[in-house]
Amino acid sequence: MRVPLIAVRQVDMAKIFVAKETDPGEARVALTPDSALRLRKLGHSCLIESGAGEAAGFDDESYCRSGVRILPDAEAGRSEADVIIQVRPPSLPAAESLRSGQTLISFFWPAQSRELLSAANRAGATVFAMDMVPRISRAQKMDALSSMANIAGYRAVLEAGNSFGRFFTGQVTAAGKIPPAKLLVIGAGVAGLSAIGAAVSLGAIVRAFDVRPEVAEQIESMGAEFLLLDFDEDASGDGGYAKPSSPEFRDKQLELFHTLAPEIDIVITTALIPGIDAPKLWLEDMVRVMKPGSVIVDLAAERGGNCELTVVDEKIRTGNGVTIIGYTDFPSRMPEQASLLYSTNIFHLLSDLTPARDGNLVVDPQDDVIRGTLVAHKGEVTYPPPPPKTPAVTAPAKRRQAKPLSPEEKQAAELAEYHARTRKQAAILVAGASVTIMLGIFAPASFMQHFIVFVLGCFVGFQVIWNVTHALHTPLMSVTNAISGIIIVGALLQIGSGNIIVLTLAAVSVLIASINIVGGFLVTHRMLAMFRRS
Amino acid sequence: MHFQLADGLLLSVYVTASVLFILSLGGLANQETAKRAIWYGMVGMALAVAATILAPGVGHFALLGATMLVGAVIGLVVARRVQMTGMPQLVAALHSFVGLAAVFIGLNAELELASIGSAVEGTELAGFAAKLASKTAAEILVLKIEVVLGIFIGAVTFTGSIVAFGKLAGWIDGKPRKLPGGHLWNAAGVIACVVLSGMYMADAGFWTIVAVALIAGGIGWHLIMGIGGADMPVVVSMLNSYSGWAAAAIGFTLENDLLIVTGSLVGSSGAILSYIMCKAMNRHFVSVILGGFGGTGEPAAAASGEQTAIDADGVAWALTDAESVIIIPGYGMAVAQAQGAVSELVQRLRGKGKTVRFAIHPVAGRLPGHMNVLLAEAKVPYDIVLEMDEINEDFADTDVAIVIGSNDIVNPAAQEDPNSPIAGMPVLEVWKARQVIVSKRGQGTGYSGIENTLFYRENTRMFFGDAKDSLHQLLSLLD
Repeated sequence: MRVPLIAVRQVDMAKIFVAKETDPGEARVALTPDSALRLRKLGHSCLIESGAGEAAGFDDESYCRSGVRILPDAEAGRSEADVIIQVRPPSLPAAESLRSGQTLISFFWPAQSRELLSAANRAGATVFAMDMVPRISRAQKMDALSSMANIAGYRAVLEAGNSFGRFFTGQVTAAGKIPPAKLLVIGAGVAGLSAIGAAVSLGAIVRAFDVRPEVAEQIESMGAEFLLLDFDEDASGDGGYAKPSSPEFRDKQLELFHTLAPEIDIVITTALIPGIDAPKLWLEDMVRVMKPGSVIVDLAAERGGNCELTVVDEKIRTGNGVTIIGYTDFPSRMPEQASLLYSTNIFHLLSDLTPARDGNLVVDPQDDVIRGTLVAHKGEVTYPPPPPKTPAVTAPAKRRQAKPLSPEEKQAAELAEYHARTRKQAAILVAGASVTIMLGIFAPASFMQHFIVFVLGCFVGFQVIWNVTHALHTPLMSVTNAISGIIIVGALLQIGSGNIIVLTLAAVSVLIASINIVGGFLVTHRMLAMFRRS
Repeated sequence: MHFQLADGLLLSVYVTASVLFILSLGGLANQETAKRAIWYGMVGMALAVAATILAPGVGHFALLGATMLVGAVIGLVVARRVQMTGMPQLVAALHSFVGLAAVFIGLNAELELASIGSAVEGTELAGFAAKLASKTAAEILVLKIEVVLGIFIGAVTFTGSIVAFGKLAGWIDGKPRKLPGGHLWNAAGVIACVVLSGMYMADAGFWTIVAVALIAGGIGWHLIMGIGGADMPVVVSMLNSYSGWAAAAIGFTLENDLLIVTGSLVGSSGAILSYIMCKAMNRHFVSVILGGFGGTGEPAAAASGEQTAIDADGVAWALTDAESVIIIPGYGMAVAQAQGAVSELVQRLRGKGKTVRFAIHPVAGRLPGHMNVLLAEAKVPYDIVLEMDEINEDFADTDVAIVIGSNDIVNPAAQEDPNSPIAGMPVLEVWKARQVIVSKRGQGTGYSGIENTLFYRENTRMFFGDAKDSLHQLLSLLD
């Protein structure tokens, strides 16, 4: 079911402009030479303000090589461009100066910046908010929040290591034994999982906690230990995010953290709940019992922090020698990586907006991804979007794990299954034995001798063939072709006959059985010789 | 008289040959031991044939030598020339030979048996005839049952395999075809055979078993004509099994334990293969043999939405972006002879440091393990060719899944639509990959005639065109 598409602009080539980010300390850039090349394949042309990529490690010359036109100042670009892409939300004056029909793609935070949104809308611009990309599988490639969270998690481990006076990995050296660092990651979203991955690969012992039980598998797959809270509550909310937990649950959780605090060297907290301030999970008394030299990295600092002592945008040292890092610009601290990922996210969004690959932007409001990301269009504020038609990725219908069986129940179940199998096997044996006995009563002894051979042959066959690998089933067929040529033996025993008919039939049988033997073995040999390892 | 082996010595050679045959089958457990094991089979066969030629009662050595030589030369030429895409036909043809030989040897046994009756007292009986002369009445009856069984199974195998060969080679239309009246004809044929066998036991004469052979041949023909092309993996495994049972039945007739052992090995091998194939299609053996898909009554959910096409350029981009790729080949790859191009693609992608693997469904192709052989021929290393159970869980972590010429085995309807004709069939879960590219000739349905909802998924892109041409186009864009 498709509705007519609305063409935004009938131009041959949309001009995409990137200005230098104006926020102090912002080192990322929304366009890289690589993404510019790919945007050109979609039929777009790219413009960039001179020096915009410098902080991220991309100089004007490298953009130039990718066919990007360099403009000396932002003003010219803004007036000329059809599409403006950037990382941070625009300033209020910049939003007001957008042209009617111009498209802006950036992080926008429409819920928190209503005024900015209405300003951009008044100007008649179409705005796509990169922070609003819905969390469905098709949109993963443009999910900039996940890309940035991934970097934040990785960087958090490096920042922690920077302030931590010891190795992550354990070693036994001639100069003594080095214990491995013990890390606790609270909140296993994208950032948390990324932190786990980075810390595990540095050799630390990593434990992780999350209120959503379904992430246990992901945590374990990254090589960390999942801290299970023995409490019957599932705090998974919509869209794969967590929801606030009950006071009892929170008490249990804090109790667990309190017992862990003295032995943990590094804590990385990433717990966020959509729409409210970050929950306080690492309290002052926990910091107090930590060893001197320990490090806390609070990735939730922007939203008030998970740790009570966090100071936003600062690194502090407490009285008992614990470092608490409250930076909020982790992605910008890895500008090249962050720019590469962000520009790719932008490229994918633009690629979906350019279905014909002809440089013609088309906004299809029926598309869940486009609709979710679109916050202002044709003089209308389109935020918040209607709930998406496709369910979110990480929120499977309450997947309650079956209650684990107690050891006794498990044993009983195993025993019951064992008995069932025994009964089945016994029944087959009895049936088989009766058939054999019946045969034995009526058939002559000479037949029974061969029958034994036959039954054993079948048994051996079954045992042997089950072990044959699937990949060799064709050679198996051709080699059984060859050995069933053994029927030649029967023909050989008859070919001595004086009867001319018998002789003829036997001779023909010898002929075709020989074809089987030689053909079957040779073709099998030919096939097997082709199988080789890499 | 030429040199003759004593009976004891002959039997000891047979024991050795039996053991060698078992080892040669057992060696197929993995690719490396298989290369050694094939020699066991050859040595076992050489010993058994040589020893039998030296056994008492074998004569007409010139004729024997000539026929064996001609047979060997034909076998040699065929084995050298056959294309790997033609393996299913070859295997079917070889089955038919075993069936025909079983029929002839069974007929001969009866002729020899009859000749003893008419033999004048004191005439020297040679070879097999001498053995028959010493039998009691009960033993003769058992022998006759064995003869009839051998001829019946042999004849069904013979004509069935010829039809299978014709269908696989494209000489006969692959669609199921039955006479009006369908399986009633087969049932009538079986009843006629039983009656004729009874008459044969009652000494009605040689013509009865000739008639059994002809009717059984008709049954085999009609039965396999009624089975469609994509069920061929089951049919060929089944005929494989029958050819073994035919050999075993002849072994009973001739009281030859080597034939019995070998026949039962081959018979059980084919039976297991049929079982595995049926399991992989979630169908009962009987329903495959009776042909056609059974309807469930309720209509299957129709696929909605539209297929999104992609061109070679787009595929190249997707592959450049991807880190992990899984390729799912099917019969369409064999038809288009695209395995070489696929191998080339794999080499390029692996050269760029990407993880590339193959996922093989048990019934992909027209022969069990057919895809593995084709890929091996195209020099794809076997350790990246995985079977369904090994790889099915990995699709979720895969960037691009490329489906080349397979259809039903990747249809999500098998899991999602309980009314689908293939509901419950184990399928490769390709749709869980981030992106799926389907290389397909046109917009038609698969063998089962059902819509594949995979093609309408939002993460699926259709790469229309002949698989080989499409891949060559793609290769020119990937450097």
